[in-house]
Amino acid sequence: MIKEKFDAIVVGAGMSGNAAAYTMASHGLNVLQLERGEYPGSKNVQGAIMYANMLEEIIPDFRDDAPLERHLVEQRLWVMDDTSHTGIHYRSDDFNEAKPNRYTIIRAQFDKWFSRKVREAGATVLCETTVTELVRDAKDKVVGVRTDRTGGEIFADVVVLAEGVCGLLGTRAGLREMPRPKSVALAVKEMHFLPEEVIEQRFGLKAGEGCVIEAVGTISRSMAGLGFLYTNRESISLGIGCLVSDFAASMESPYVVLDTLKNHPSIRPLIAGSEVKEYAAHLIPEGGYKAIPQLFGDGWVVVGDAAQLNNAVHREGSNLAMTSGRIAAEAIVQVKSRKRPMTKQNLALYKTMLNKSFVIKDLKKYKDMPDLLHTNSRNFFTTYPQLMSQAAQNFMRVDGTPKLDKEKATTTAFIKARSRWGLLSDMVRLTFAWR
Amino acid sequence: MTIAASRIEEKLYQNRYLVDSGRPHIKVRRHQKPSANLLALTRVCPAQCYELTDEGQVEITADGCMECGTCRILCEASGEIEWNYPRGGFGVLFKFG
Repeated sequence: MIKEKFDAIVVGAGMSGNAAAYTMASHGLNVLQLERGEYPGSKNVQGAIMYANMLEEIIPDFRDDAPLERHLVEQRLWVMDDTSHTGIHYRSDDFNEAKPNRYTIIRAQFDKWFSRKVREAGATVLCETTVTELVRDAKDKVVGVRTDRTGGEIFADVVVLAEGVCGLLGTRAGLREMPRPKSVALAVKEMHFLPEEVIEQRFGLKAGEGCVIEAVGTISRSMAGLGFLYTNRESISLGIGCLVSDFAASMESPYVVLDTLKNHPSIRPLIAGSEVKEYAAHLIPEGGYKAIPQLFGDGWVVVGDAAQLNNAVHREGSNLAMTSGRIAAEAIVQVKSRKRPMTKQNLALYKTMLNKSFVIKDLKKYKDMPDLLHTNSRNFFTTYPQLMSQAAQNFMRVDGTPKLDKEKATTTAFIKARSRWGLLSDMVRLTFAWR
Repeated sequence: MTIAASRIEEKLYQNRYLVDSGRPHIKVRRHQKPSANLLALTRVCPAQCYELTDEGQVEITADGCMECGTCRILCEASGEIEWNYPRGGFGVLFKFG
């Protein structure tokens, strides 16, 4: 089908693939990008919050024409039980700046825009093309790909695997292991449409301002999980993600968990009267630093979700994806400009550069967090939220009980639920995992 | 039809798909008895593609599949399912994502 040989083939047109293709094409490389969807974005799912700095590094003037929904001025972190929520809200007028820091986006629209930039930079983008296999030479170096289009193989000096969390090609080729059930979360989400003014009224926002809620608690039914609500311009993304291993063990149905969240008394009024226009599901890498696979080899690099580059604690993914895509591309450009071959030895530059970035540094900081939260999910996602809710209610409700007795009741409830040793050990382990 | 089943159909009805008729991208191999993970898929698959038949077989109808990969993570290694992406252009087409 395609006779010419490319400098690079990028598999996938999500955040990491677009960042890689754009960066390489901008540096004059002959780039082919392959995407299995009808259009870039048609297979991609995200909450979604987009962090400006990481995109600015790639397309500095993105604000001129990128489809951005709302810039965030408020973030609510909730702890929920079945009837209540408590938590921290942070809202600041400082976020109303000339170049806002975080935006909500709708991926199908954003990815189309990003892909247009990739094409303008000179890359060839071929959609509706599923890559089925990597092509290797006699020495096992990756030299190209096979697709489901007729005409066979396409060759390149290097293949950038930006194939997403499932990572079918890389895992089948034995470049890395398949993600384990305990290192990926299944997230389900609905798009609730409401008039712009209604969203602004409900969240106390001015035009263009956005608010997000992220919540843990009994909503995940003792599974390690996180609920989220993001305000877009005229829609609300509402969803919840929990570990696949926990879903399998509990046999909970994701859409039932989502419907329960929708009907929670703290959430229901926020989406009342909305029209649902889409239901989506996607996996999220949750394994953290310890789950990062081999990132480069002879003729290939892997970026983004396929490389498990996701910071579950801070709920950052697409910025790590964009950054890893950009850095991999810059490494490839450097190797190419020195006229060196795309060998494992030379492509190690990508890992060296990535180690110096926030991507690896942040993931390393939280390397013990997945183990802690995933093995104690009942305590962290049910017991503590319930205790916190009881404590808050006990504190707020005025009923003639002396305050000393109220405090004693709260302390007793914590000790009864987790024991003194359990409380101390949870605190110490959480502190160490956070450091 | 159970309440859960009607609820999921309502949800999937919102979505856009281009179904590759006669070429399902996921297949379940015939089995004596489904493993715990395969049985879990009848509940855990977010599109409820998996069903337990009266004969004790877990079967799949992949038309509503959102290609999340949960079943691959749980059941590909054991060989109980055969998993591929749909052909280019086919499958779920997210309008918003």
